[in-house]
Amino acid sequence: MSAVLSVSALAKRYGELEALHDVSFQVRAGELVAVIGPNGAGKTTLLSIIAGIQPPTAGTVSRSANEVGWAPQQPALYSKLSVAENLELFARLEKVAEPRAAVARMLEQTGLADRAREPVARLSGGNRQRVNVALGLIADPPVLALDEPSASLDPAQRGRLWEFVGGLARGGTAVVFSTHNVNEAQRFADRVLVLAEGHLLFDGAPVTLLRDAGESGGDDLERALVSFLETHAPTSKRGPA
Amino acid sequence: MKRLLRKDLLILGRSRLLVALLIVYPVAIALLIGLAISRSPSRPRVAIVDETPPGETVKVGSQRVSVSRYADELFNQVQSVPASSRAQAVAKLKSGDVIAAVVIPPNIAARLSSTIDRASLEVLYNGDALEQSLVQSSIDSAIAHANLGFSEQIQQAAARAIQALLQGGNSGILGAPENMIGLSQIPSSLQGIVARQPRGHARVELERIEAFASFAAQNLSLSKQVLSTISQPISVKSTLLHGRRTPLNTFAVVVAVNVSLMFVCVLLAAGGIALEREERTLGRLVRGLVSRETLLVEKGLLAAGCSFVVALAMLAGVGAFVALDWGRAGLWLLALAFGAVAFGALGVAIGALAREVRAASLLAFLLSLPLALLALVPGGSVSRGFYDAIGAVSFAFPFKASLQALDAAVNGASPTIGGSLVHLAGLAILFGALARAGLRRVE
Repeated sequence: MSAVLSVSALAKRYGELEALHDVSFQVRAGELVAVIGPNGAGKTTLLSIIAGIQPPTAGTVSRSANEVGWAPQQPALYSKLSVAENLELFARLEKVAEPRAAVARMLEQTGLADRAREPVARLSGGNRQRVNVALGLIADPPVLALDEPSASLDPAQRGRLWEFVGGLARGGTAVVFSTHNVNEAQRFADRVLVLAEGHLLFDGAPVTLLRDAGESGGDDLERALVSFLETHAPTSKRGPA
Repeated sequence: MKRLLRKDLLILGRSRLLVALLIVYPVAIALLIGLAISRSPSRPRVAIVDETPPGETVKVGSQRVSVSRYADELFNQVQSVPASSRAQAVAKLKSGDVIAAVVIPPNIAARLSSTIDRASLEVLYNGDALEQSLVQSSIDSAIAHANLGFSEQIQQAAARAIQALLQGGNSGILGAPENMIGLSQIPSSLQGIVARQPRGHARVELERIEAFASFAAQNLSLSKQVLSTISQPISVKSTLLHGRRTPLNTFAVVVAVNVSLMFVCVLLAAGGIALEREERTLGRLVRGLVSRETLLVEKGLLAAGCSFVVALAMLAGVGAFVALDWGRAGLWLLALAFGAVAFGALGVAIGALAREVRAASLLAFLLSLPLALLALVPGGSVSRGFYDAIGAVSFAFPFKASLQALDAAVNGASPTIGGSLVHLAGLAILFGALARAGLRRVE
């Protein structure tokens, strides 16, 4: 299957700090790609460049910002507006051909149809995150970028979120997500990208990372990652995600 | 932009407390400022102890002026509270019933009649340094007014006595002879007598008396004018160099409206842009959906529009009670529109730099209030250097320019409205650029 997203030689500098260095990878339709790595690895920077929040210092992203759905780590919603009003506003700003139909579709997909008129401020954290993801999907983009989508959710909410995201991938949407929860990456991702200090150290299936980490990793991806970073990270700043 | 405006109006409509505060707060502030400026201070409540014996008079030549008239003059200048003794006045002062006490001593008539001693009053104050300063100032002013009124009465009595001496006849003055000859009539009478006298020593003596009488009559006549000059030695003629005289009450209206315009606009614009950051929607919007410039213009215009409506309603409402020139309403709209846009730009700059709603609101409030106060400091009331510094600060922010534009529009005051509008437009561009720089980084 051909790539729906190509990231090529991406670099980002903040003054002296090099947040990303020569990062390249591709994502295919329906693929779930997890970006993992220690704090400060450049995960959020990478996703925000893919989403068009900030420009890269060098390199290219094959998709323009309006072809990539974006769901930041913290829900980015108008809390005084209802779920439907949030969806409709962004549907219109995204110039979706039939905004009301798109809203109805997203309400159906997120299972929030019965709470459509409720102000976002009254929703639980899990439901807000679902609306947050739904806003990223309102224009039916081929690629969805999720920054730590499950960070503030309880286990039950996380379960529902991944069920929803899995459904999107099965429907053909390419999903790139960052996470600190390596077990989540192991369970749900088709591929993992390991970043450390802005360098892409690994791009492959979770089982490959387990294998590359050797026997010390076993079948625990978190231990495998720690082991992998100890041997591959570019400087002494090595540790678990 | 239309969709963003609709969204923001929807959010604003659902923030009823915010809307109520945005309207009630500036209106309350505006009314307070308006009242403070337009209402003259109430007459101070002063205990007056009149220790002079009833019917005591000051003798002016052959005439007498009642001392009680002095007390009457003083009563007119203050809200008088009678006290029977100094001790009672002190008690009223200590209890806070009065802010000062004036004791008119029993010997004031004797001292006024004397040409050696000066009459004096005793004034008692209480309170802290600020109160003392204010009270002393108002009491001094009241006493000065009373002194002036009393001296005019004495001057009038003296003038009547001089007139009687000059004109003669039946003056009605106690002890004066019936059909008395006036000093001004003596020279002509003497000239007739002198003409009938043979040349010699007696005629020479009569001619000298006649010359003296003429000289005395002329100079006594002049002395009436001299007395008038002494009672009010310097009169004031006021000339306004440019513009037209602005009545204090209409200026108060302009100040009140401008304060409302500023508070509503700056708080709304700052809060609006900071809310996009706080809700984390800024990143969503600027990733190709809306440009940063469009977002800033939308927030600025929304705030400007709301504040324009509030300020115009206020101006029209106040206009029902204060005489405003409705023929200049077109200029009002122009001044309000330019002021609102400049305040909107200041607001979005604050919002973009502050990054969260509470910080933006606090910063907007902390900045706006001193700006308003500084712009109202009159020249000459502080040192030259400090006034120049105030002028530089006021120039860098829209309040003073907006106040001048509105004053020119409503009252035809100077400087002319054109310069102020250009100044406001320049400030709008400056603060717009600052806001754009503040939005450079999204997260």
